[in-house]
Amino acid sequence: MALNVERIGHTYPAPASYQVGREKIREFADAIGDQDPAYRDAEHARSLGHPDVVAPPTFPVVITRASQIAAFSDPDLGVDFARLVHGEQRFVHARPIVAGDELSCTATIEGIRSVAGNDIMTMRNDITDTAGRPVVTAWATLVIRGSTETSS
Amino acid sequence: MTATVDWDEVDVGDALPAQEFRVQRFDLVRYAGASGDFNVIHWNERVATLVGLPNVIAHGMYTMAIAGRVVTDWLGDPAAMVEYGVRFTRPVVVPDDDIGAVVVVTATVADKLADRRVRIDLTATSTDQKVLGQARAVAQLA
Repeated sequence: MALNVERIGHTYPAPASYQVGREKIREFADAIGDQDPAYRDAEHARSLGHPDVVAPPTFPVVITRASQIAAFSDPDLGVDFARLVHGEQRFVHARPIVAGDELSCTATIEGIRSVAGNDIMTMRNDITDTAGRPVVTAWATLVIRGSTETSS
Repeated sequence: MTATVDWDEVDVGDALPAQEFRVQRFDLVRYAGASGDFNVIHWNERVATLVGLPNVIAHGMYTMAIAGRVVTDWLGDPAAMVEYGVRFTRPVVVPDDDIGAVVVVTATVADKLADRRVRIDLTATSTDQKVLGQARAVAQLA
Protein backbone atom coordinates (compact mmCIF):
# COMPACT_ATOMS: atom_id res chain seq x y z
CA MET A 1 0.00 0.00 0.00
CA ALA A 2 1.66 3.19 -1.22
CA LEU A 3 -1.13 5.50 -0.02
CA ASN A 4 -1.45 6.56 3.59
CA VAL A 5 -4.73 5.21 5.03
CA GLU A 6 -4.44 7.69 7.90
CA ARG A 7 -5.38 10.36 5.34
CA ILE A 8 -8.92 8.91 5.04
CA GLY A 9 -11.27 11.72 6.05
CA HIS A 10 -8.71 14.43 5.35
CA THR A 11 -9.99 17.46 3.44
CA TYR A 12 -8.26 19.63 0.83
CA PRO A 13 -9.95 22.95 0.14
CA ALA A 14 -9.19 24.72 -3.15
CA PRO A 15 -6.98 27.73 -2.34
CA ALA A 16 -9.36 30.18 -4.04
CA SER A 17 -12.97 30.31 -5.20
CA TYR A 18 -13.86 29.69 -8.86
CA GLN A 19 -15.64 32.37 -10.89
CA VAL A 20 -17.79 30.75 -13.59
CA GLY A 21 -17.72 32.78 -16.81
CA ARG A 22 -19.77 32.62 -20.00
CA GLU A 23 -16.69 32.33 -22.19
CA LYS A 24 -15.24 29.43 -20.16
CA ILE A 25 -18.55 27.59 -20.48
CA ARG A 26 -18.56 28.23 -24.24
CA GLU A 27 -14.93 27.07 -24.53
CA PHE A 28 -15.71 23.86 -22.64
CA ALA A 29 -18.86 23.22 -24.72
CA ASP A 30 -16.80 23.73 -27.91
CA ALA A 31 -14.20 21.28 -26.61
CA ILE A 32 -16.83 18.54 -26.18
CA GLY A 33 -18.30 19.45 -29.58
CA ASP A 34 -21.67 20.37 -28.08
CA GLN A 35 -23.62 23.12 -29.85
CA ASP A 36 -26.50 23.19 -27.31
CA PRO A 37 -27.71 26.83 -27.11
CA ALA A 38 -28.23 26.54 -23.33
CA TYR A 39 -24.40 26.79 -23.04
CA ARG A 40 -24.10 29.81 -25.36
CA ASP A 41 -27.24 31.92 -25.50
CA ALA A 42 -28.35 33.59 -22.25
CA GLU A 43 -31.81 34.34 -23.69
CA HIS A 44 -32.33 30.69 -24.56
CA ALA A 45 -31.09 29.64 -21.10
CA ARG A 46 -33.55 32.07 -19.49
CA SER A 47 -36.37 30.61 -21.57
CA LEU A 48 -35.55 27.28 -19.86
CA GLY A 49 -35.76 28.94 -16.44
CA HIS A 50 -32.05 29.53 -15.77
CA PRO A 51 -30.61 32.89 -14.69
CA ASP A 52 -27.81 32.71 -17.33
CA VAL A 53 -26.10 30.16 -19.59
CA VAL A 54 -25.66 26.78 -17.88
CA ALA A 55 -22.50 24.69 -17.75
CA PRO A 56 -22.38 21.19 -19.29
CA PRO A 57 -22.97 18.33 -16.79
CA THR A 58 -19.28 17.37 -16.68
CA PHE A 59 -18.01 20.97 -16.37
CA PRO A 60 -17.45 20.52 -12.60
CA VAL A 61 -14.24 18.69 -13.56
CA VAL A 62 -12.79 22.15 -14.25
CA ILE A 63 -13.78 23.38 -10.79
CA THR A 64 -12.59 20.31 -8.86
CA ARG A 65 -9.12 20.61 -10.39
CA ALA A 66 -7.60 22.89 -7.74
CA SER A 67 -8.71 20.80 -4.75
CA GLN A 68 -7.62 17.58 -6.50
CA ILE A 69 -4.18 19.04 -7.18
CA ALA A 70 -3.98 20.03 -3.51
CA ALA A 71 -4.60 16.37 -2.57
CA PHE A 72 -2.24 14.96 -5.20
CA SER A 73 0.57 17.23 -3.99
CA ASP A 74 0.19 16.22 -0.33
CA PRO A 75 3.38 14.23 0.44
CA ASP A 76 1.62 12.60 3.42
CA LEU A 77 -1.06 11.12 1.12
CA GLY A 78 1.53 9.77 -1.30
CA VAL A 79 -0.15 9.78 -4.73
CA ASP A 80 2.25 8.74 -7.50
CA PHE A 81 0.78 10.86 -10.29
CA ALA A 82 2.53 8.88 -13.04
CA ARG A 83 0.66 5.73 -11.93
CA LEU A 84 -2.73 7.40 -11.55
CA VAL A 85 -5.66 6.12 -13.63
CA HIS A 86 -9.22 7.45 -13.53
CA GLY A 87 -11.48 4.53 -12.56
CA GLU A 88 -14.92 6.02 -12.01
CA GLN A 89 -16.58 9.42 -11.96
CA ARG A 90 -20.00 10.54 -10.77
CA PHE A 91 -21.69 13.94 -10.50
CA VAL A 92 -24.80 14.82 -8.54
CA HIS A 93 -26.12 18.30 -9.29
CA ALA A 94 -28.14 19.99 -6.55
CA ARG A 95 -28.70 22.77 -9.06
CA PRO A 96 -27.15 23.71 -12.43
CA ILE A 97 -23.89 25.66 -12.52
CA VAL A 98 -24.55 28.96 -14.31
CA ALA A 99 -22.38 31.81 -15.54
CA GLY A 100 -21.82 34.30 -12.74
CA ASP A 101 -21.54 31.65 -10.03
CA GLU A 102 -18.75 31.98 -7.51
CA LEU A 103 -18.02 28.50 -6.22
CA SER A 104 -15.84 26.91 -3.58
CA CYS A 105 -14.60 23.34 -3.71
CA THR A 106 -13.22 20.99 -1.08
CA ALA A 107 -11.90 17.48 -1.69
CA THR A 108 -12.32 14.77 0.94
CA ILE A 109 -10.55 11.42 0.91
CA GLU A 110 -13.42 8.99 1.47
CA GLY A 111 -11.59 5.72 1.20
CA ILE A 112 -8.31 4.00 0.40
CA ARG A 113 -8.05 0.29 -0.21
CA SER A 114 -5.68 -2.11 -1.88
CA VAL A 115 -6.89 -4.52 -4.55
CA ALA A 116 -4.60 -6.89 -6.49
CA GLY A 117 -1.53 -4.73 -5.94
CA ASN A 118 -3.25 -1.48 -6.89
CA ASP A 119 -4.34 1.26 -4.50
CA ILE A 120 -7.88 2.49 -5.00
CA MET A 121 -8.79 5.88 -3.60
CA THR A 122 -12.25 7.38 -3.47
CA MET A 123 -12.38 11.16 -3.37
CA ARG A 124 -15.43 13.36 -2.92
CA ASN A 125 -15.45 16.96 -4.10
CA ASP A 126 -18.07 19.26 -2.62
CA ILE A 127 -18.79 22.32 -4.75
CA THR A 128 -20.73 24.99 -2.87
CA ASP A 129 -21.85 28.57 -3.46
CA THR A 130 -20.67 31.57 -1.43
CA ALA A 131 -23.35 30.90 1.18
CA GLY A 132 -22.14 27.31 1.58
CA ARG A 133 -25.15 25.77 -0.15
CA PRO A 134 -24.40 22.58 -2.14
CA VAL A 135 -24.22 22.94 -5.93
CA VAL A 136 -22.51 19.78 -7.16
CA THR A 137 -21.03 16.73 -5.45
CA ALA A 138 -18.45 14.89 -7.54
CA TRP A 139 -17.06 11.45 -6.67
CA ALA A 140 -13.91 10.16 -8.33
CA THR A 141 -12.43 6.70 -7.96
CA LEU A 142 -8.72 6.82 -8.72
CA VAL A 143 -6.55 3.79 -9.24
CA ILE A 144 -2.85 4.06 -8.43
CA ARG A 145 -1.30 1.15 -10.26
CA GLY A 146 1.21 -0.79 -8.20
CA SER A 147 4.64 -1.37 -9.63
CA THR A 148 5.61 -5.02 -10.19
CA GLU A 149 8.29 -4.69 -7.50
CA THR A 150 5.94 -3.54 -4.74
CA SER A 151 2.77 -5.46 -5.54
CA SER A 152 2.14 -8.53 -3.49
CA MET B 1 -35.18 23.53 -15.36
CA THR B 2 -37.61 22.31 -17.97
CA ALA B 3 -36.84 19.26 -20.02
CA THR B 4 -39.03 19.06 -23.11
CA VAL B 5 -39.67 15.37 -22.46
CA ASP B 6 -42.85 14.55 -20.51
CA TRP B 7 -42.43 11.92 -17.77
CA ASP B 8 -45.94 10.57 -18.45
CA GLU B 9 -45.06 9.80 -22.07
CA VAL B 10 -41.88 7.86 -21.33
CA ASP B 11 -41.77 4.10 -20.79
CA VAL B 12 -39.07 1.85 -19.39
CA GLY B 13 -37.22 0.38 -22.35
CA ASP B 14 -37.59 3.45 -24.56
CA ALA B 15 -34.41 3.99 -26.56
CA LEU B 16 -32.97 7.47 -26.91
CA PRO B 17 -31.58 8.38 -30.37
CA ALA B 18 -28.11 6.75 -30.54
CA GLN B 19 -25.13 8.79 -31.71
CA GLU B 20 -21.72 8.12 -33.17
CA PHE B 21 -18.81 10.39 -32.29
CA ARG B 22 -15.55 10.64 -34.12
CA VAL B 23 -12.58 11.47 -31.86
CA GLN B 24 -9.36 12.80 -33.38
CA ARG B 25 -6.11 14.07 -31.91
CA PHE B 26 -7.28 17.63 -32.47
CA ASP B 27 -10.29 17.00 -30.20
CA LEU B 28 -8.03 15.75 -27.39
CA VAL B 29 -5.71 18.76 -27.64
CA ARG B 30 -8.71 21.09 -27.52
CA TYR B 31 -10.22 19.21 -24.56
CA ALA B 32 -6.86 19.32 -22.74
CA GLY B 33 -6.84 23.10 -23.11
CA ALA B 34 -10.45 23.59 -22.03
CA SER B 35 -10.36 21.18 -19.09
CA GLY B 36 -6.82 21.88 -17.91
CA ASP B 37 -5.90 18.17 -18.05
CA PHE B 38 -2.60 18.17 -19.96
CA ASN B 39 -1.58 14.61 -19.07
CA VAL B 40 0.83 13.70 -21.93
CA ILE B 41 -0.78 10.28 -22.56
CA HIS B 42 -3.64 12.22 -24.19
CA TRP B 43 -1.51 13.85 -26.89
CA ASN B 44 2.02 12.41 -26.96
CA GLU B 45 2.32 9.03 -28.70
CA ARG B 46 5.96 8.57 -27.66
CA VAL B 47 5.12 8.82 -23.96
CA ALA B 48 1.83 6.90 -24.28
CA THR B 49 3.55 3.87 -25.82
CA LEU B 50 6.45 4.18 -23.37
CA VAL B 51 4.04 3.64 -20.43
CA GLY B 52 2.53 0.61 -22.15
CA LEU B 53 -0.51 2.04 -23.92
CA PRO B 54 -1.23 1.00 -27.52
CA ASN B 55 -1.32 4.68 -28.57
CA VAL B 56 -2.57 8.06 -27.38
CA ILE B 57 -5.85 7.62 -25.45
CA ALA B 58 -8.77 9.99 -24.95
CA HIS B 59 -9.35 11.63 -21.57
CA GLY B 60 -11.91 9.51 -19.70
CA MET B 61 -13.73 12.74 -18.91
CA TYR B 62 -13.89 13.56 -22.62
CA THR B 63 -15.52 10.21 -23.38
CA MET B 64 -17.91 10.75 -20.47
CA ALA B 65 -18.80 14.22 -21.80
CA ILE B 66 -19.56 13.15 -25.38
CA ALA B 67 -21.56 10.12 -24.21
CA GLY B 68 -23.68 12.39 -22.02
CA ARG B 69 -24.75 14.34 -25.10
CA VAL B 70 -27.04 11.46 -26.08
CA VAL B 71 -29.01 12.23 -22.92
CA THR B 72 -28.80 16.05 -22.92
CA ASP B 73 -29.72 16.30 -26.63
CA TRP B 74 -32.85 14.25 -25.90
CA LEU B 75 -33.79 16.26 -22.80
CA GLY B 76 -33.86 19.67 -24.50
CA ASP B 77 -32.41 21.25 -21.35
CA PRO B 78 -28.95 19.87 -20.53
CA ALA B 79 -29.32 20.95 -16.90
CA ALA B 80 -32.13 18.41 -16.51
CA MET B 81 -29.46 15.67 -16.33
CA VAL B 82 -29.08 15.93 -12.56
CA GLU B 83 -26.91 12.86 -11.96
CA TYR B 84 -24.34 11.20 -14.19
CA GLY B 85 -21.84 8.49 -13.37
CA VAL B 86 -19.58 6.14 -15.32
CA ARG B 87 -16.87 3.57 -14.87
CA PHE B 88 -13.92 3.82 -17.26
CA THR B 89 -13.53 0.22 -18.37
CA ARG B 90 -11.22 0.55 -21.39
CA PRO B 91 -9.35 3.45 -22.93
CA VAL B 92 -10.49 4.99 -26.22
CA VAL B 93 -7.40 4.63 -28.39
CA VAL B 94 -6.96 7.54 -30.81
CA PRO B 95 -4.54 6.87 -33.68
CA ASP B 96 -2.92 9.76 -35.52
CA ASP B 97 -4.78 9.32 -38.83
CA ASP B 98 -7.65 11.03 -40.65
CA ILE B 99 -10.26 8.84 -38.97
CA GLY B 100 -9.25 8.70 -35.30
CA ALA B 101 -11.52 6.70 -32.99
CA VAL B 102 -15.24 6.18 -33.34
CA VAL B 103 -17.34 6.01 -30.16
CA VAL B 104 -20.89 4.65 -30.48
CA VAL B 105 -23.29 5.63 -27.68
CA THR B 106 -26.73 4.23 -26.96
CA ALA B 107 -29.07 5.02 -24.09
CA THR B 108 -32.28 3.50 -22.75
CA VAL B 109 -34.82 4.53 -20.14
CA ALA B 110 -34.10 1.99 -17.38
CA ASP B 111 -36.44 3.09 -14.60
CA LYS B 112 -39.13 5.63 -13.82
CA LEU B 113 -38.38 7.28 -10.49
CA ALA B 114 -40.30 9.52 -8.09
CA ASP B 115 -40.61 13.28 -8.66
CA ARG B 116 -40.91 12.84 -12.46
CA ARG B 117 -37.36 11.61 -12.78
CA VAL B 118 -36.03 8.72 -14.87
CA ARG B 119 -32.88 6.64 -14.78
CA ILE B 120 -31.16 6.26 -18.11
CA ASP B 121 -28.56 3.55 -18.78
CA LEU B 122 -25.92 4.27 -21.43
CA THR B 123 -23.51 2.12 -23.39
CA ALA B 124 -20.39 3.41 -25.14
CA THR B 125 -18.23 1.27 -27.40
CA SER B 126 -15.16 1.87 -29.55
CA THR B 127 -13.93 -0.81 -31.97
CA ASP B 128 -16.66 -3.07 -30.49
CA GLN B 129 -15.15 -2.82 -27.00
CA LYS B 130 -17.06 -1.37 -24.08
CA VAL B 131 -15.27 1.84 -23.03
CA LEU B 132 -17.74 2.87 -20.28
CA GLY B 133 -19.31 0.58 -17.70
CA GLN B 134 -22.24 1.18 -15.34
CA ALA B 135 -22.93 4.43 -17.19
CA ARG B 136 -26.07 5.86 -15.65
CA ALA B 137 -27.82 9.18 -15.61
CA VAL B 138 -30.80 10.53 -13.71
CA ALA B 139 -32.88 13.13 -15.49
CA GLN B 140 -35.62 15.47 -14.33
CA LEU B 141 -38.44 15.33 -16.87
CA ALA B 142 -41.36 17.68 -17.35
